[in-house]
Amino acid sequence: MIRILSVRLLQAILVMIAVTAIAFIMFRFVGDPVAAMVREGATQAEKDALRATLGLDRPLVMQFVEFLGRVLQGDLGTSYRYQQPVVSLLLTRLPATLELVFVATIMALAAGIPLGVLCALKPKAALSRLTQSLTLVGISMPTFVTGLLLILVFAVNLRWLPSSGRGDLVDLGVWKTGFLTLSGLKSLILPSITLALFQLTLIMRLVRSEMIDVLSSDYIRFAFARGLPRRYIYGRLALRNALMPVVTVTGLQIGQLVAFAIVTETVFQWPGMGLLFTNAVGYPDVPVLSAYLLFVGFLFVVINMIVDILYTFIDPRLRTQ
Amino acid sequence: MNNYLKALLTGLAIVVPLSTPAIAETLRWSSAGDVISYDPNAQVDSFTQSVQHMVFDPLVRRNKDLKLEPALATSWEVIEPTRWRFKLRQGVKFHEGQSFNADDVVATIQRQIDPGARNRENLSAVVGVEKVDDYTVDLILRGAYPLLLNDLAAIYMMSKPWMEAHDALKPGNTTTGVVTYASNHANGTGPFKLAAYEPDSKSVFAVNEGWWDKPQHNLTEVEFRPIASDATRVAALLSGELDMIAPVPLQDIDRIENTEGLKVAQNPSLREIFLVPSFRPELHAMPGKPNPLLDVKVRQALWHALDMNTIQKRLMRGKSRVSGMLVAPEVTGYDASIDVPLAYDVDKAKALLTEAGYPEGFKVGLGCSNDRYIADEQICLAIASMWAKVGVEVDLSTESKTTYFPRTDKGEFDIYLLGWASLPPMDGYSVLQALLATNDGTFGGSNANGLSNPEIDKLARSAAVELDEPKRIQMLKDAFRITHDQVLYLPLHQQPVAWAMSDKVEIPQFADEYVRPWFAQVK
Repeated sequence: MIRILSVRLLQAILVMIAVTAIAFIMFRFVGDPVAAMVREGATQAEKDALRATLGLDRPLVMQFVEFLGRVLQGDLGTSYRYQQPVVSLLLTRLPATLELVFVATIMALAAGIPLGVLCALKPKAALSRLTQSLTLVGISMPTFVTGLLLILVFAVNLRWLPSSGRGDLVDLGVWKTGFLTLSGLKSLILPSITLALFQLTLIMRLVRSEMIDVLSSDYIRFAFARGLPRRYIYGRLALRNALMPVVTVTGLQIGQLVAFAIVTETVFQWPGMGLLFTNAVGYPDVPVLSAYLLFVGFLFVVINMIVDILYTFIDPRLRTQ
Repeated sequence: MNNYLKALLTGLAIVVPLSTPAIAETLRWSSAGDVISYDPNAQVDSFTQSVQHMVFDPLVRRNKDLKLEPALATSWEVIEPTRWRFKLRQGVKFHEGQSFNADDVVATIQRQIDPGARNRENLSAVVGVEKVDDYTVDLILRGAYPLLLNDLAAIYMMSKPWMEAHDALKPGNTTTGVVTYASNHANGTGPFKLAAYEPDSKSVFAVNEGWWDKPQHNLTEVEFRPIASDATRVAALLSGELDMIAPVPLQDIDRIENTEGLKVAQNPSLREIFLVPSFRPELHAMPGKPNPLLDVKVRQALWHALDMNTIQKRLMRGKSRVSGMLVAPEVTGYDASIDVPLAYDVDKAKALLTEAGYPEGFKVGLGCSNDRYIADEQICLAIASMWAKVGVEVDLSTESKTTYFPRTDKGEFDIYLLGWASLPPMDGYSVLQALLATNDGTFGGSNANGLSNPEIDKLARSAAVELDEPKRIQMLKDAFRITHDQVLYLPLHQQPVAWAMSDKVEIPQFADEYVRPWFAQVK
């Protein structure tokens, strides 16, 4: 068991080193930050001086070794644009993204599971068919189109909800939350629906197929034969088993949500990590870009590692390999 | 009874005029980018500078006609070419109550010219500052320098005791990541106080009741919200969440104009768009052969082949102004007699090319940004097809500004698109120094395509130290005339600035694209 864990950990470390190298190399090619940072009419001497102070004039290998050294110490550099340490910048933006991802996940689960059950139990009902085809549209429409459509309907035409921003926030010290104000809650609705839509579709379809699978299994037929109440069979016996893979997928999809949040946050000017990232691309704010990629890479590596380890605990067959 | 009535009436007379301004007049506006920092020395971004101007006053400022006028300095004189004396305004208070005096100016200027200040080059002529008395300050210059006032219009005065109290006498530093208290807080003497600042979300400004100047606005509050996505920004205006957006995307102008309760204001901005030809021995598109662009006839032919009126009508929707020189009419050194583009004439272009020895044309690379100037990519596509008509084959490459400008700096394009606004000095010398003079030391910082003209270099160096204004302007004009006659650059047009707003908002629009809410009226 220890051997498996240590091998898994070693793999994770190797992946992180690869991600670090990619982050470093890739963002040397997104553009020259010096061009964005100097004023119009800057002299060559000014540009050279700035390049030197940023350490961009040294050989690439040297820059990478230093970069790696600093990353290991938890120092991801200083943002060129905001002039703040990137780590603290990411931490101030994290609450916004996490709140959005949290609400979107709840929405996706709250709507996706009942709809999936409905489609499995009554596949021929009009509502099931409608849901099936609507979610097909939902899954194939680009996130920014969904977002803009929602803005057009609910902000511009109906004027019920704000089109952008987080509304008024309450500062809890390390965490600024929008959960405690009316405008904060209203601002959450449209971006979370946009972000939840893809998730919702996925969960709905997964629940439906799992549910159909489970319903055709022997123990359900026996349960019917024994004359157990339908609610008990569907709710306790079938749905419970159908939900196991849903939990796993939802967990894994949190990484996806963070990635999709980039588009949603840009459309809704949601001041989270995704917006930080898109703004950094245009600047180009290389330390922020690298740090974000490292963060997302780290997130995926950790989630995958936990899932793998959990699987080995759950399924003894994997341990003997 | 009568006395009661009198007292009541007197009371009303006092209360009524006082209570009227208490109705909150808020201006909520949005732009694509956010303020990078409220530290006046921490950045070089002109948008950030424009928002900071709401909080801070400079010694001299631009009035409604963009002409320089006294602000925190009431008068000035040149004592020696290297020593300018400024009389300061008395009775001015900072937002947090400190009185403004010579110590503040000394501390601010020292902070500005500190080697750690990111925008120290915005005041590069100044080497020192001396207090004469409480309301008189001398600025010491490196040498004679005519544009000191232009530069000072972008230098915002900070409070010395405030900087001392918050350990912010030294400017923030990008490399070491030093963030000072001044990065997120602002204490100026300006028309508005910074009440709240959340990066990428909003900045809230309260009106400064104690402003030294007579307010020309009726606002009590200004809320600024950056919205990066064009569509969302327009939606927020249409939904009534905002009173104004600046800029408005050109493709949305018609829709907004046709919406009840909204209007669009648009004018040519200071930004001139032009093409930069290569003056190196060879072109990248034709290695091993002499560069045809070195022949003035070829450059004239390329200009004659540009159908700028079509671009103006089709791509710019009639909102741009076709131009023949590199500075806008508002900029010092502008001359209407130079600002004449070569006429669109395909036959003449072909004849010139034949004369120059290229009857079959030649091949040339054209570089373009696709996210920096209005319709930049489409303009280049149009130009490529126009030049194809006279036999010049264009190898077009378009890319994002983040990779494009480093490439232009390295001279990787045979011809490339560039825009120039002559800001902050708003003076033709900006073009002369950065674009026309040979790339050498402090000159030609953006002249990356090998242009070198001895006559222009001479004019640039003498205009840099000429204090006699008419003489200096003549030097600028001489340089611009050479540029035009030799077709050293190919001017295209002045791009427009367009704002959209609720029809309840009255605000003047400026060619430097600064939003100046202290001239705004909200009904």
